[in-house]
Amino acid sequence: MTPFQYVRAIDVAEAVRLIAADPSAKFIAGGTNLLDLMKEDVERPSRLIDISRLPLKTVEETPEKGLRIGALVPNADLAYHSLVAQRYPMLASAILAGASAQLRNMASTGGNLLQRTRCAYFYDTATPCNKRAAGTGCSAIGGLNRMHAILGTSEMCIAAHPSDMCVALTALDATVQVTGPGGERTIAMSDFHRLPGDTPQLETTLERNEIITAIALPPQGFAANYSYLKVRDRLSYAFALVSVAAGLNLEGGRITQARLALGSVAHKPWRDAAAEAALQGQVAGPAAFTRAADILLRGAKGFGHNDFKIDLAHRAVVRALTQAANGTPQSQSNKKIA
Amino acid sequence: MPIIEKLPLTLIINGVETKLSVAPWTTLLDLLRDRADLTGTKKGCDHGQCGACTVLLDGRRINSCLTLAVMQDGARVTTVEGLAVDGSLHPLQQAFIDHDAFQCGYCTSGQICSAVGLMAEGHATTADEIRELMSGNICRCGAYPNIVQAIQQAMAQS
Repeated sequence: MTPFQYVRAIDVAEAVRLIAADPSAKFIAGGTNLLDLMKEDVERPSRLIDISRLPLKTVEETPEKGLRIGALVPNADLAYHSLVAQRYPMLASAILAGASAQLRNMASTGGNLLQRTRCAYFYDTATPCNKRAAGTGCSAIGGLNRMHAILGTSEMCIAAHPSDMCVALTALDATVQVTGPGGERTIAMSDFHRLPGDTPQLETTLERNEIITAIALPPQGFAANYSYLKVRDRLSYAFALVSVAAGLNLEGGRITQARLALGSVAHKPWRDAAAEAALQGQVAGPAAFTRAADILLRGAKGFGHNDFKIDLAHRAVVRALTQAANGTPQSQSNKKIA
Repeated sequence: MPIIEKLPLTLIINGVETKLSVAPWTTLLDLLRDRADLTGTKKGCDHGQCGACTVLLDGRRINSCLTLAVMQDGARVTTVEGLAVDGSLHPLQQAFIDHDAFQCGYCTSGQICSAVGLMAEGHATTADEIRELMSGNICRCGAYPNIVQAIQQAMAQS
């Protein structure tokens, strides 16, 4: 690691002051991704501002029967929280599909949103990468791109966002609460991450001097009919090739409301209102699910090694919707896909 | 660049209060091995991918390679050296011996610390669940079936 200074923030206001005072400082909470990137010299902050002791560690019910999740709640605590397990099992399932027990014990909710892509070229400082060093080019286009994006890519970057948690948060219409020098504001989860466009170095709409304080979930949790289906190269502890978060409300076999988000296929969790609208009012079955998958994947484009992801994603969408409709969500311990 | 001072820090390592001064970039893993001379905790990948560095921090299993020592000021750290009590092996240590749950042994201290954490968490009962919740510990010798049996034995005894 490149040497850095260390300072501990005692409250949110001080954290915001400290980050504003030093343009090359970074916040550290769980540290599981940032320290990894610092060991690779991809991240070289002059100063780390330790926010891990800020009082942002509670999960509370909101007056409108949603949940407010403190940004520093560890991933494991969130997944096993009784209210999350009961009302938002899609979120619990997505969290438990990601990383390992050790990492989930350390990694924070807010940090999960800010984790960087695992594109090998982004990690390898000896190769060009527009995300790491703007204007140097994209090594993944024409390179080894099996893990890369098929939707929303640009000529500058085809990196995929690696989070599982964020896919469920997007499907659940979560919002991100942030505090900056100008006060507090709320960002919709679907607006939080950006597509690469011409500025792949900008991954979120969080301003540099802002800190995430909480994630809020609306009351609707799709607890009866949901699935989080993650397809990867080994049974556990691997990033997704494709993942699907699906949630349905059903009445007499017809879909009254649908939520659908894809992970590891784009620079952000991928959601398309038209795919969800196409499910509404339809009989829950293969015809409607196939049509939704067609819409969700319209415009998908492979880059050689990852061409298979288009078919894989299509099938995974149909399978996850089927699991959701049947009330048989994918187990995250028995990996047989039912 | 400015001179960066070492920072004072107190950790309760295996029940012993330990006062040290460390550079900010010292990981908990490097502190344990290089400063506290507790080399039971292994450095495998140093990137949180293998689990060989697993220790218990305030009773929770973590990758000691991915946390800065200075961030853990005041914490209780338990390493594999701190599991035995009065010369008696921890039931998981004995179970790993009983089931020959290792070959080269490099991952073993991480496996055992991870399994202690797993049992404390209480989310695993079936073999599938043990495998899933131990997936952060890689064994390149492939002793996995025996590791699962060892953990099942320790769970049955507890």
